[in-house]
Amino acid sequence: MSRHEIEVSSLCFSYPDGHEAIRDVSFAITRGESVGIIGANGSGKTTLLSLMTGILLPDRGEVRVGDVAVTKKTLASIRRRLGLVFQDPDDQLFMTTVYDDVAFGPRNEHLDEHEVRARVEEALDMVGIPQLKDRAPYKMSGGEKRAAAIASVLSMKPDVLIMDEPTSGLDPKARRRLINFLKGLRHTKIITSHDLDMIMETCDRVIVLKDGEVAANGATPEVLTNGELLDQCGLEVPLSLQKCPVCGIKK
Amino acid sequence: MAKMADLMFNIRLLDDLARKNTSVHGLHPVSKLLATIVYLLAVVSFDRYETIGLLPFVFYPLVLILLAELPVVPLLKRLLMVEQLIIGIGILNPLFDPKGWITFASIMIKSGLTVTACLVLVSTTGLDKIAQALRTLKVPGIFVLQLLLTFRYISLLTEEIARMARAYALRAPRRKGVRLKDGGSFVGQLLLRTYDRAQRVYHAMKLRGFSGEFHAYGQSKITRKDILFLLAWSVFFIAARICNIPVFLGLLLEEMSKG
Repeated sequence: MSRHEIEVSSLCFSYPDGHEAIRDVSFAITRGESVGIIGANGSGKTTLLSLMTGILLPDRGEVRVGDVAVTKKTLASIRRRLGLVFQDPDDQLFMTTVYDDVAFGPRNEHLDEHEVRARVEEALDMVGIPQLKDRAPYKMSGGEKRAAAIASVLSMKPDVLIMDEPTSGLDPKARRRLINFLKGLRHTKIITSHDLDMIMETCDRVIVLKDGEVAANGATPEVLTNGELLDQCGLEVPLSLQKCPVCGIKK
Repeated sequence: MAKMADLMFNIRLLDDLARKNTSVHGLHPVSKLLATIVYLLAVVSFDRYETIGLLPFVFYPLVLILLAELPVVPLLKRLLMVEQLIIGIGILNPLFDPKGWITFASIMIKSGLTVTACLVLVSTTGLDKIAQALRTLKVPGIFVLQLLLTFRYISLLTEEIARMARAYALRAPRRKGVRLKDGGSFVGQLLLRTYDRAQRVYHAMKLRGFSGEFHAYGQSKITRKDILFLLAWSVFFIAARICNIPVFLGLLLEEMSKG
């Protein structure tokens, strides 16, 4: 069995309009690792996540999840192991109640209703919203929606949790809750974001994308303190590492 | 414009109503669905000149609205939206048929009754459970799925319209609607946006193992109460269809006053 949870090798992908979104990207993620994927707008982060989950299929190269390559035939088994939380929770929550939304995945696995209930309750407890189970998702706040979207993926018990911009649109308290939650999670995690402070706190390793290529791949403290590299890639050093705006002392 | 957005947003109302917890909501979906089907068949099978005989059928939606504590005004608004179309269909009857006004009235009553019954069914059951009931009754999965996805995507579409209409209204404060000149790009934009959104929702479903079939939503068992509901109403509908109850009551009163 491969020791890598996910292995991406020589991946290339162009959109039908000819835009080359991913160019020869390779990296591997080991079990239990927490990896941040960062890059400017349009650098290919979301496309890469779509390729990893088989929403898009590559022009060249391959993605392997465990020992299985992502192809049309293996999609069902692969998707059972990967849980993707979308950038916009409204895309992910389409049922009439939070309970039904979180139960959607387990029910598709033909689990019996007792098991479904246990999974839903466990997932809602994990994200801290058991009291919202009968609420309509479209009536909830941004933070609650995000938590429900994460629960809807956790209920499928994935090995890998993939999140696209998890802190976008959250208020500071909801963001802090999410960060603490992510830190406590034992899953292999892949997180894309522009919120580099969050990446700093939650990820062991960072992959920087620039124009669809890997510009850097290394330990979080090394990459996120490299101002020159980040500047070249349309990013900047996390706020928590910049000079204090009041006293001007570098932290 | 803001009113339009409000109206569009209210499409979720039926979903909200379906989550209430009354004796009608607690009935088994199959029982309510079958009762509604018998009701619809009985109402539409009346002769085109019949009006008085249809009156007893008002009871069914009325009783259910009261028991399920449904708000009358929003349901009426929805009924009126459909009735506009029905007027369009029936308005020419009086011109071509000497008894046209009667057939027109009959069409209006029949449509009013059937649409209300369906609104009551959806707002006391919820479309997810109706779909499940249809599957229990062996309706092919593909049709049920079509129904469910149409319902889901209608709300996505209307929300998208509401959002665009708001953005338009804020930048064209003195206009009442969308200018014809902007109409093309408005509709085109809407189509593309909805298509994108639908695609994303579909991906979210596929990623969670969706394979073309919605699965059981904690199906409860049919109880004696459900069977009684179905039987009692069905007997009433069939009786009201076979014998003209208002005329019968009128004759009875006449006899009694003579006697």
